[in-house]
Amino acid sequence: MIRFIASRIGFAALVLIMLSGFVFTLFFVAPGDPARIVAGERATEAQVAQVRENLGLDRPIIEQYFSFVGRSLSGDLGYSYRNQQPVLELIKNRMPATISLCVGAVILWLLMGIPIGIMSARRPGSLVDRLGQGFVLIGVSFPSFVLGMAALYFLYFVPRQAGFTLFPPGGFRPFLPNPGLWAWHLMLPWFTLALTSAAIYARLTRGQLLEVLGEDYIRTARAKGLSERKVVYKHGVRSIFSPLTTQLGADIAALLGGALVTEQVFGLQGIGSLAVQSVQTQDRPVIIGVVMLAGFFIVIANLIVDFLYILLDPRIRT
Amino acid sequence: MTVLSVRNLNIDLPSGDGHVHAARDVSFDVEAEELFGIAGESGSGKSVLSQAIMGLLPGAIISGEILFEGRNLLDLPPREMQRLRGNRIAMISQDPLSSLHPFYTVGAQITEAIRTHRKVSEAEALQEAIDILERVGIHDPDKRVRDYPHQFSGGMRQRVMIAMAIVLRPALLIADEPTTALDVTVQAQIISLLNQMRRELGTAIIMVTHDLELLSSIADHAMVMYAGNRMELGPGEAVLTAPAHPYTLGLLRSSPSHESRGALPSIPGQPPSLLIEQKACAFAPRCAAAMDICRQERAPLRNFADGTRSLCWLEDKASNTAAAVPAIPEEPPVVAQSSDIVVKVSDVRLTYGGRSLFGKSINLEVLKGVSLELPRGKTLGIVGESGCGKSTLARIIAGLLPPTSGDVIIEGQSVLGLDRRDWVEMRKRVQMVFQDPFGSLNPRRRVGSIIGDPFRIQKVAHGAARKNKVRELMEIVGLNPEHYNRFPSEFSGGQRQRIGIARALALNPSIIIFDEPVSALDVSIQAQILNLIARLQRELGLSYLFISHDLAVVRHVSSEILVMKAGQVVERGETETLYHHPQHPYTRELLAAADPHYRKSGGGFADPQSSGAMP
Repeated sequence: MIRFIASRIGFAALVLIMLSGFVFTLFFVAPGDPARIVAGERATEAQVAQVRENLGLDRPIIEQYFSFVGRSLSGDLGYSYRNQQPVLELIKNRMPATISLCVGAVILWLLMGIPIGIMSARRPGSLVDRLGQGFVLIGVSFPSFVLGMAALYFLYFVPRQAGFTLFPPGGFRPFLPNPGLWAWHLMLPWFTLALTSAAIYARLTRGQLLEVLGEDYIRTARAKGLSERKVVYKHGVRSIFSPLTTQLGADIAALLGGALVTEQVFGLQGIGSLAVQSVQTQDRPVIIGVVMLAGFFIVIANLIVDFLYILLDPRIRT
Repeated sequence: MTVLSVRNLNIDLPSGDGHVHAARDVSFDVEAEELFGIAGESGSGKSVLSQAIMGLLPGAIISGEILFEGRNLLDLPPREMQRLRGNRIAMISQDPLSSLHPFYTVGAQITEAIRTHRKVSEAEALQEAIDILERVGIHDPDKRVRDYPHQFSGGMRQRVMIAMAIVLRPALLIADEPTTALDVTVQAQIISLLNQMRRELGTAIIMVTHDLELLSSIADHAMVMYAGNRMELGPGEAVLTAPAHPYTLGLLRSSPSHESRGALPSIPGQPPSLLIEQKACAFAPRCAAAMDICRQERAPLRNFADGTRSLCWLEDKASNTAAAVPAIPEEPPVVAQSSDIVVKVSDVRLTYGGRSLFGKSINLEVLKGVSLELPRGKTLGIVGESGCGKSTLARIIAGLLPPTSGDVIIEGQSVLGLDRRDWVEMRKRVQMVFQDPFGSLNPRRRVGSIIGDPFRIQKVAHGAARKNKVRELMEIVGLNPEHYNRFPSEFSGGQRQRIGIARALALNPSIIIFDEPVSALDVSIQAQILNLIARLQRELGLSYLFISHDLAVVRHVSSEILVMKAGQVVERGETETLYHHPQHPYTRELLAAADPHYRKSGGGFADPQSSGAMP
């Protein structure tokens, strides 16, 4: 067991190292000279060369990479080319908005998707099921920027025209000291980011649960005289946690992409908008920092999924 | 005292194609402490019947009466029915692994059953669970109660299922094929456990099975079902020894458990579709004794002196009127030169090495040095229980799996280390027929192209010539060549196995390896396939390796038998010698366990967990 955990963690570290190497090399293949961008439009060749030397860009790529790895291990991700702020500092400032958005959205889509899926599966073909299926169809059909725009129009703009503020148009408020304000401001972004996934989870839950409810052990549970509620929730739903966990691991990895769009629509100063800005300005250290951070979270999320598997399924444990 | 009384029960199951008439006018009584058997082939309605009694058929249209302890279960509100389930009526089913929840400990599952119906504390329930586990023969129940189902062997799991079913001392226990998924030696133990429990607890048992012989040897009363009809009902012994209905008689004759060799008297044809309302006797189209009236009107109920009742136009018992089975003379097998060995396996070993999930290295010895020889034109039977390595051996001989060491020589050439061209060449000589006729045919391809595959791969015969060859093959195995363009799903199990055999025959192989070819088939269909296999051997001079867990089947087809246990050959010999004078204790145990009379007495298995020799 300990060996298993150790090997998973070792593997996770390896993934991060490979990712850093990949991202680092990518920027040296990409067109554009960062020294020229940093030095500015009207810099002379000598000035550009000076900047290049200051940034260490004249040294061999391998050397640059190892000095990058060495520094990042001690928590120094370098400085932004654009405004000379430490990258770590930049990321730290942007973290609360993105984390709030992502965690909230995941919780929201699980709370929406799984119950809808369960209700559909309990009575396939019924009105409830058809409403659930309708929700799925709508959810998967709308891209998040359309959803975001629609939410802004109907839940901010229209009430505003009518003279009251139902939801704010965007912006981020810190969790403390006023969690109510924090949640109020995030409500529309959460909904925007969560709806598509909620639909996918509703569909997944329905399919998995329908399959499980046809299993022999469900018949055994019924034959024991359990109430239908217990049969579905204690015996049926318990069995679909594993596939849901698998899906969740993959979705958390893809979450940052969705967060990017949502942050743009609602003007949240998060990691996603930081990434967009730094790509536009070719701010290499920031891009690398953001990618490494995203990679780190994805790796951690997958580690957690692996451990959850062991917790959920006794057949893997023994 | 009558525990259950079923009166004129009709069950219709709505389906996409119309109503499935799963039961038609079925009546029977079950007394306390009685073992009541229901036998029938797949689709006979026997499982639907048991689920109807449990009230587990939502959506079914049921008429008639199911009187349990004086109350009609069909009139009970769902809540009342739920209170009876698990408490007064319990159920165990065929596959104990899939019937237990994989994520809960067996203790949790048993205490759940207890606490659903009785107000006791968790600790008391757990103690009860431990007691009942001990009673059904689980060693160290106080430790095993915390184990998960996958940590038990098949037989032990079925014991857990039984424990869970009887812990509340129900008046009625429905056992739906309780031993079908188990090995033959374990089957006997489970049967004797059920027998013991019904005597100790006074529980009536309804046992549903396809194994008529097993049933009649242990059941007080046996009911034979066919296409939803109760064909025959009577004392178990009477049904087995003097069947009244031609169908029962046909079933008994077609199971290869007798001393007979040669062709089995199989029941021709297929069971009817249950979607069509029957207006006459359902069995008439397949019945040898059918008269004109059988095809026009529903059969009357005949009562016989020994308490047997039969739904038939025949006025006398079928066993009295039907002609004795014409002794089909065993046709002389192809003269085999004893020196002509087509398959020679020498000291084949297979070891799976590797690491478990948590890094422990494991070495699993699947085959521990197996040697065998197959003479031309003969059949070598390989018997053994699940996990003994018989199917692995088959795959190695077919060249589908490389052994760790040892050699397989087919007609003088080793099958190991062949390059691509030689391997394709070898496929012309060795073919396999697999167990599951449903899983081993691609459902999206037409039958003609499945059978024609070998021609395509080997690049022999093209276009019309190939089509003609396929049609010829279909005719040889008894399929209608008109069905060339059908999909596998349009065929029944027996017909699909014919497709598998036709495909194997395509390239005129000299050796065919059958891996459990009939174990997924019903008895009456099984006999047809066994006859086909035997006929092909005579006509084409084929050599067979025949693998099965079913001793009766192996005995019927094989001239020589190899008994395997835990990756080793424990005994080999001429079929009759081996059956009459088994040498190895394990062979004796297997033979004893498969003997219905032995199963009935339950003797020799006083300690349910002993796996040693019989006394």
